[in-house]
Amino acid sequence: MEFFKFKKSIPFMKHALWFNAISFITFLLAVFFLWKNGLHLSIEFTGGAVMEVKYAQAVQPDKIRTTLSTAGVAGAEVIKFGSAQDILIRLPRPVATDQNQNAAMEALKGKVMTALQAADKSAELKRIEFVGSAVGKELAYDGALALLAVCIGIVAYLALRFEWRFAVATIIANLHDVIIILGFFAFFQWEFSLPVLAAVLAILGYSVNESVVVFDRARENFRKMRKATTPEIFDAAITGTISRTIITHGTTQMMVLAMLILGGPTLHYFALALTIGICFGIYSSVLVACPIANYLGVSREDFVKPVKKDDEPEVISAQP
Amino acid sequence: MNKYPAWKYALITIALVVSFLYTVPNLFGESPAVQVSGLRTNKVDAGLQTKVADTLKTANLANEGVELQGETLRVKFKDTDTQFKGRDAIQSALGEGYVAALFNLSNSPAWLSKINALPMYLGLDLRGGVHFLMQVDMKTAIDKAVDRYQAEARALLRDKKIFYSGISRDGNNVIVRFKERTEADKGLKELNAQYNDLLIRDANRGDEIVVTLTMKPETAFKLQEAALQQNITALRKRVNELGVSEPIVQQQGSDRILIQLAGVTDPTRAKDVIGRTATLEFRMVAEEYASGGRSFEQYRNEPAPFNTEKMIDERGQVVIVRKAVIVSGDKVTDAQPGFDTQGGNKPNVSIRLDGVGGRAMTLATRENVGKNMAVVLIEKGKPEVLSWPTIQSELGASFQITGITSSLEAKNLALLMRAGALAAPMEIIEERTIGPSLGAENIEKGKNSLLFGFALITVFMVVYYALFGVVSVVSLAANLLFLIALLSMLQATLTLPGIAAIALTLGMAIDANVLINERIREELRNGMSPQMAIQVGYDRALDTIIDSNITTLIAGMALLIWGSGPVRGFAVVHCLGILTSIFSAVMVSRGIVNLIYGGKKKAMTLSIGDVKWVKSVKA
Repeated sequence: MEFFKFKKSIPFMKHALWFNAISFITFLLAVFFLWKNGLHLSIEFTGGAVMEVKYAQAVQPDKIRTTLSTAGVAGAEVIKFGSAQDILIRLPRPVATDQNQNAAMEALKGKVMTALQAADKSAELKRIEFVGSAVGKELAYDGALALLAVCIGIVAYLALRFEWRFAVATIIANLHDVIIILGFFAFFQWEFSLPVLAAVLAILGYSVNESVVVFDRARENFRKMRKATTPEIFDAAITGTISRTIITHGTTQMMVLAMLILGGPTLHYFALALTIGICFGIYSSVLVACPIANYLGVSREDFVKPVKKDDEPEVISAQP
Repeated sequence: MNKYPAWKYALITIALVVSFLYTVPNLFGESPAVQVSGLRTNKVDAGLQTKVADTLKTANLANEGVELQGETLRVKFKDTDTQFKGRDAIQSALGEGYVAALFNLSNSPAWLSKINALPMYLGLDLRGGVHFLMQVDMKTAIDKAVDRYQAEARALLRDKKIFYSGISRDGNNVIVRFKERTEADKGLKELNAQYNDLLIRDANRGDEIVVTLTMKPETAFKLQEAALQQNITALRKRVNELGVSEPIVQQQGSDRILIQLAGVTDPTRAKDVIGRTATLEFRMVAEEYASGGRSFEQYRNEPAPFNTEKMIDERGQVVIVRKAVIVSGDKVTDAQPGFDTQGGNKPNVSIRLDGVGGRAMTLATRENVGKNMAVVLIEKGKPEVLSWPTIQSELGASFQITGITSSLEAKNLALLMRAGALAAPMEIIEERTIGPSLGAENIEKGKNSLLFGFALITVFMVVYYALFGVVSVVSLAANLLFLIALLSMLQATLTLPGIAAIALTLGMAIDANVLINERIREELRNGMSPQMAIQVGYDRALDTIIDSNITTLIAGMALLIWGSGPVRGFAVVHCLGILTSIFSAVMVSRGIVNLIYGGKKKAMTLSIGDVKWVKSVKA
């Protein structure tokens, strides 16, 4: 079986401007929604409490919301969690001084459970998480630090392995993916939790692969196709690897899809972030990274010579 | 061509066999069990083993035998119902000195456990339990220390009859003011001799001489470290009483303590025990009730005499102790095990009290040389005598308890004296409770998505790449085997994000095989012979595979370093998975391909899906 049969290189680079315009617009939209809506951060970041409650029969979040507000619990957010019998209640951090935060939290939890059980005896607390405010700031800081470290690490590695222009092009293309994933989370107000952060960083490392594969091929083509122009070389490289790019992303997506469908609510947003990352990863790491590398002025001279020294030492020593 | 030397096959085979052995324990599942352990000095031995077995027999509770394992007894039950009943029966039979805890015991055969082949260590989100993150209030710890230094300095100057005009606290500094230069110099000499852990400076301010005592940075650092360690020790001791099979109490960062209690579903009780404060007291033993050939034992079943209390020491003997407290535990600044350099190098415990405590101790012991003093630990309102040594001479702020039989005992005593009270207050800043049913659900969901995803990939790869697809899937399965074996060997904590990482890593790992297969197809299209195509395909793909895995690994490492909680669980598995996938995609799949096609010289076709189409124009 064979999905992709291309007899000639597809002139991707000719349409580079279009691709770039599309990326630029999506990117701007993502930034706009991030600015306008912000991320819906999980309590891991904001501090507060999450309670997962199970009922014997299906429940309406609306009813629980009413129950809670009559009981005087303010600011509670009630959503369905997985099945119809499970609900998730998110409580903001009670306004209290540091010393009695625990006590305030405990009291709040007691209040909620008493109210819920008064309304329906079958209410059973399955899980409670409580996070103080100090932890959240640290997490956000560490997350940003990790993102920065990944970027620097990848740029350094690619600069060493290829050429700095490729490294810069790759990281721009992939950071653009990260912003777009975040943009989706901001637009739909999906919950941004720690596993989502992990997914974003993992996908950053993974998407870079595509650029690596394309650039690897471009390097090879620079050596083989002596007469071709740089855009032609990129066209040939993209065409030669597109089948592989789509198939590997497809297979990865199969796993992610399984998690999206069967993984339950805990893995839902994790899988969702991966899905967006994979879809945009295919597009950006190829169709954004190559034009940027081209604009930055990658040429044969920059980068065929060191490669020759690297890969074919015996040839050089044989013809002195 | 395309033949592997024997050692490569041997390597692959060994890797597979070892991985299989270490993966197997995960397949056996677990049985409900009860673990019995002794508190403090109560020993678990063969006698106790028979007692537990008899108790279960009388209660008519079916079990699979009582096993003595190290310091604990383990009993396996058929179902959770008997497990609960068994726990209650054992606990009521053994009483306060022992803890019977519920836990799950792996069903894998004993010989597997002997070679350390254990099932993966499941995180709280998969097995249920409570998780606390405690913040230690270091500011208060430093505050307390500065207060202590102030009180001590005052006592010291007063003792040496040095005249000072005032002593006060300014932030974390203690300030002593003198009117006369001569007195100030005397004071400086004494203070310098007493405290080499403080920075002592003097300055003239108006007609006064001002001496400032500041904690050296390394002293403050040591103090914080000691406070954290002491809190951890105290917490461990408390957590043990909850009867959790494998409690985790560990340091996290410079001022945090992580507590994870698997199987505990009631965080309120856990918090109650963790947040409890224990007190330590020094009291006089009421000698008069054991004089004239009588011993304290006569009071075992009788009420204690007036103004005294009946207590039990760590050997189980009765001790009658006076109600009046000489010094309480908050005055103990340090207790260290050591050796008696004069008395034949016997183990001892050196105790240091603060100024106030020291003076009280001097007053109380001056009149009571030759009598016994009891060190009492009170927890949950229950006192226990840790030790009741004889007073050899008038005691001051620092003294020793000698005549301890073993260095282990000295260590325990010092630890209990230090751990009795928390060094610094703590606050719970993060709390999670995961019900056991939720844990089981999470395992189920993770497993299902993994299997379903694997099945999807299998179908696709086999249809698309034919025999080479089968090879890819087999090597992917080997990858899963390696990964699970590695996780079991390292006993790394597996969490739900960890399972997600297994799935994601497998999804990414197939990338390497796709890369290889596509490359071989391409070389075939370019007119290469099948054998050459395999050779070149694998070789050319290798560079790319390594490149792409390294970038993924960079991301994984960053997550490992800066991630916490769920992110860490994800990162560990992700990083390990990248390493195993390089091995399985390159070595294992090549090995299989070589077995199938290697050494065949005659013209043949590769079963890699359809490649019969017009050759590419370029060369």
